[in-house]
Amino acid sequence: MPRLLSFAVFVATWWIASLLIGDAKLPPPPIVLAATVTEAKSGALFFNLGATLARVALAFVLAMSLGSAIGYLMGRVRLADRICDPWLILLLNLPALVVIVLAYIWAGLTEAAAIAAIAVNKLPTAVVTLREGARALDASLDDMATVFAIPRWRAFRHVVLPQLAPYIAAAARSGLSLVWKIVLVAELLGRPNGVGFEIGVAFQLFDIPLLLAYSLSFAAVVLVIETLLVQPFEVRLSRWRPRAA
Amino acid sequence: MRLEVDITSKEYRNAAGERHAVISGLKFTLGTGEVGVLVGPSGCGKSTMLRIFAGLDHDYQGHVSRPPGVRIGMVFQEPRLLPWRSVEQNVRLVAPLVDEARLSALFAILELGEHRNHFPGELSLGLARRVALARAFAIEPDFLILDEPLASLDQALAARLREQIAMLVDSRSVMTLLVSHDIDDAVRLGDRVFLLSPRPTHIVAELPIPTPRGARSEAGIAAIKADIAQRMTATALESANVTMARISPREARED
Repeated sequence: MPRLLSFAVFVATWWIASLLIGDAKLPPPPIVLAATVTEAKSGALFFNLGATLARVALAFVLAMSLGSAIGYLMGRVRLADRICDPWLILLLNLPALVVIVLAYIWAGLTEAAAIAAIAVNKLPTAVVTLREGARALDASLDDMATVFAIPRWRAFRHVVLPQLAPYIAAAARSGLSLVWKIVLVAELLGRPNGVGFEIGVAFQLFDIPLLLAYSLSFAAVVLVIETLLVQPFEVRLSRWRPRAA
Repeated sequence: MRLEVDITSKEYRNAAGERHAVISGLKFTLGTGEVGVLVGPSGCGKSTMLRIFAGLDHDYQGHVSRPPGVRIGMVFQEPRLLPWRSVEQNVRLVAPLVDEARLSALFAILELGEHRNHFPGELSLGLARRVALARAFAIEPDFLILDEPLASLDQALAARLREQIAMLVDSRSVMTLLVSHDIDDAVRLGDRVFLLSPRPTHIVAELPIPTPRGARSEAGIAAIKADIAQRMTATALESANVTMARISPREARED
């Protein structure tokens, strides 16, 4: 209910603002809705949302798995930390645009280049978070696993992984928002479809209803994924914790 | 099965890089079915010793020979349960092959039956200690290591738990090493009591208690306790004198 209320406030503010500024710059909700429906009917909306979602999913999975593995290694092994740390700092501070442009130059305007560029942008934040998690692992539980001779994989699964879970969740949460932002830039610069490409087209034609139609549909998809996937996952991970935290 | 311990020295390096001798001579053997109790003042490095016996610490002079492939069950000073797994899952994690009947029997002895599905965060310390005991026994250990399993529990509970430990130890042939600063625990549970000096630790005396655990009279226990208490006071005094003599005036002021 409070969510619905806050949504209503958003629509009302938008409508009032559009009345003040004028239709040309900020079209009111019905016009944008009409543009959305048109796009949806032609199938273009779902095709482009789908293309963007697929890129997000691939880049996210790639960056999370690789980043978690590297971060865990860096947190556990001192030598790995020393070797990888300068690279990590470089990647952390490299602007997304540089990575995307270079990827397109070196690998061509291909799907692989786009996904790799997005993944490279997200990778270092996952590494940093997981490294922190691996450093914070409880040595006394490691000792317990050693004394009781719990096989490595079982120990990782039941002793280590649950301790990393909050860090993985944090990396996923911040990483997902980063990927949502970067994927559109990558599409704008070098893909022939996707939400980013459509927004670029709308910008060139100064078609503001179309621009808003895609932006808001995209925002809606992000909200749905957050509410239906990310948040329940976080709740499940922390169910052993006492309620009041 | 036999545990042979001969540690000539163990040093510990603190954050400032200074070396401190923790152990200066520890030699004994322990056979199957025996309960050895290490008794000493707090801070004498008992937990350090147990870490060495358990194979967690390899940085010492001397040698410790555990039988190859020995199954170790350990109860740490703090329970060290996985907070994200239930009581039963905690036990099954270390003992995946334990059958339901054995597990139920173990939970019954330790009065944990109704807590099977609780998470460790929901348990009192006394209960968590018993889960740690259940975990150590569930794997049917050949070598049982108990680090002050009864510390900071109230008297009645400690006594009950002590009986449960005695029962479990006698129910199968296992080498048991127990560390305690409580003479009462030592005398009621041990077959042999090793008295330890303050740091750097060595064995001051080894007292066998030939009477079986079940058959010890209160009078007999009191007599052994008095003997141990007297020896420990003597050691403490002696070591205090040595320390006094060793401390230079400057160090003494800093203290």
